[in-house]
Amino acid sequence: MHLQVSSVSKSFGYGPKAKPVLDSVSFDLHSGQFLALVGSSGSGKSTIMRLIAGLDRPSSGEIRLDGQLIRGPGADRGMVFQKYSLYPWLTAAQNVAFGMRLQGRPKAEVRERTAYFLEVVGLVDSARLLPRELSGGMQQRVAIARSLAAEPKVLLLDEPFGALDLQIRESMQEFLHRLWQQTGLTALLITHDLEEALLLAQQVHIMAPRPGRIVRSVNVDLDRSSLAHLRVSPPFLALREELASVLRRLDSSLPA
Amino acid sequence: MPSNEADPLNRWSSLRRFMAQPWVLGLVGVATVLLIWLLTTASGAVDKLFLPSPQAVWQAGQAQWTSGVLVKDAVASIQRVFIGFALSAGLALPIGIAMGTNQTICRLLEPLMALIRYMPAPAFIPLLIIYFGLEELPKVLLIFIGTFFFNTLMIMDAVKFVPSELVETALTLGGRGLPILTRVVAPFIAPQVLDTYRINMASAWNLVIVAELVAATEGLGKRISLAQRFLRTDEIFVGLIVIGLVGLCIDLGFRFLMRKACAWAN
Repeated sequence: MHLQVSSVSKSFGYGPKAKPVLDSVSFDLHSGQFLALVGSSGSGKSTIMRLIAGLDRPSSGEIRLDGQLIRGPGADRGMVFQKYSLYPWLTAAQNVAFGMRLQGRPKAEVRERTAYFLEVVGLVDSARLLPRELSGGMQQRVAIARSLAAEPKVLLLDEPFGALDLQIRESMQEFLHRLWQQTGLTALLITHDLEEALLLAQQVHIMAPRPGRIVRSVNVDLDRSSLAHLRVSPPFLALREELASVLRRLDSSLPA
Repeated sequence: MPSNEADPLNRWSSLRRFMAQPWVLGLVGVATVLLIWLLTTASGAVDKLFLPSPQAVWQAGQAQWTSGVLVKDAVASIQRVFIGFALSAGLALPIGIAMGTNQTICRLLEPLMALIRYMPAPAFIPLLIIYFGLEELPKVLLIFIGTFFFNTLMIMDAVKFVPSELVETALTLGGRGLPILTRVVAPFIAPQVLDTYRINMASAWNLVIVAELVAATEGLGKRISLAQRFLRTDEIFVGLIVIGLVGLCIDLGFRFLMRKACAWAN
C-alpha cells in the first residue's frame, strides 16, 4: 500500500472570491505506518482528509493510492468521523456489519468478521445495544471496528476522540495504539492535540493555517512500550514543547 | 407518632404517582367537559334544540348504529380518506426523496409546490365538481390536493436533514447511490415520514368532511349536513363525536406503528 499526496491545493469558491484552504500539500504514507497531521482550526487538515477519502476533489495536484488516481470515495479508504456517524437504528453489531453487507459479502463471513472485530474493540457484551445506549468512547470503537471490518487499505481518522472527555480520550489513545500494534493497520490521524499525535504516530506533520500547508515534519522515534510512561518521559516532553512553540508562533503570526 | 405521620404522606405520594400517569389528566379533562355539558343541559338553562343532552346524543347515536347508517357513513368517509391519502402518501414519498437528494429537481419543483400549498384545498371543490361531477373521484382528488404538497415538502425536509456523516460513512464503506438510499436515507427518515403522514392525515380527515358537506350521498359529513336541514342537533353532535373518535384512532394507530417500527428514534 502506498498513498501519495502530491502538491495538492484546494480552494473553495471561484474567481477573485476563491478562498485557498490548502496550498501544495505533499506527503507519503506506506503500509503499516501511522501518520498524523496536526494543526489548529483553519489549517485545512480536515479538507485534506476529505480529499483522500474522495469526498471532495482537489483544485490541483493529485492523490494516488497504489498508483491509482483517486476519483471518488471507496472501501479501500475507511473513514472515522469525529461523531454522529453510527447508524442510530442499528445495533453495535449491525453497525460493524454494515460495510461488509454493503459490499455484499456472504452472510457467514459477515457474522464471523463482525464477532471478530467486536472482540478486537472489546465490545462483545454490547453487541446488541443501540448507539444511544453506548458511551461516546464505545461509539467511536464501534465506528473504528466498522471501518476495519470493511478491510480498508488505509484508515482515515478525523479527530476521532475530539468529542470525548479527557480520561476517555487517554484510554482511547491506548486502545488505538494497541490496535495498531496488533493489526498492523495503516492509519492517517488528524488532530489538533499535539500530545495525541506524538503518542500514536511515527511521523507527524505540523500544518499552518490560511492557507493550510505543511511547515514541519518530524519522525517520532520513541519507546512506545508504555504510553503512560511515554507521556511524562523527558525526550517526549522536550519534543512536545518544541513543536508546541512552533504551533504557538503560527497562531500568533496570524492577522487578528 | 411516626407511623401516623407516615401514613398520609404515603397516601399523598401514591396519589401523586397516579396523577403522573400521562393518561390520567387527559381523562380528567374529557370528563370535566362531559360533566359541564351534563349539568348545563340538566339545569335547563339552554334550549334543547341548541344543546342536546349527552343522553339524547347517545340515543341518536344508538339509533344510527342499529339502523346501520352510522357504519355505512363511517365506512364511506374512511374509504375516501384512505384512497386519497394513499395516493398522496405514495406519490409524495419518491418525489419528496428526489427533491431532498437532488438539487436540480428541488429547484424545479419547490417554488411550484410552495405556491400550490398555500391555495386552500376546499377552494378547488368547484373546479373538481365541474371536471369530475359528484362521484367519488372529486372527493378523493380533494384529499390528494390538500395533503400531497405538504407530504412532499415535509418528506423533502426530512431527507435534507439526514446527517452528511451518515451518507459519507456509507460512501467510504463502499456504498453507492441506491443502496445508500435504501439502507441509510430510508431508515433515517422513516420516523419523520410516519409523523408527517400522521399530521397530514388530520387534514385529509378534515377535507373529506368538507367534501361531503358540499356534495355526497353518504358519509359522516353528509349526515351532518342532513341533520342541519332537519334541525337535529343531536345527530350533528353524533357526527362530530364520531369524526373526532375515528380521527383519534388513526392518530393513535400511526403513533403505535412508529413506536413499533422506529423504536430507535424514541
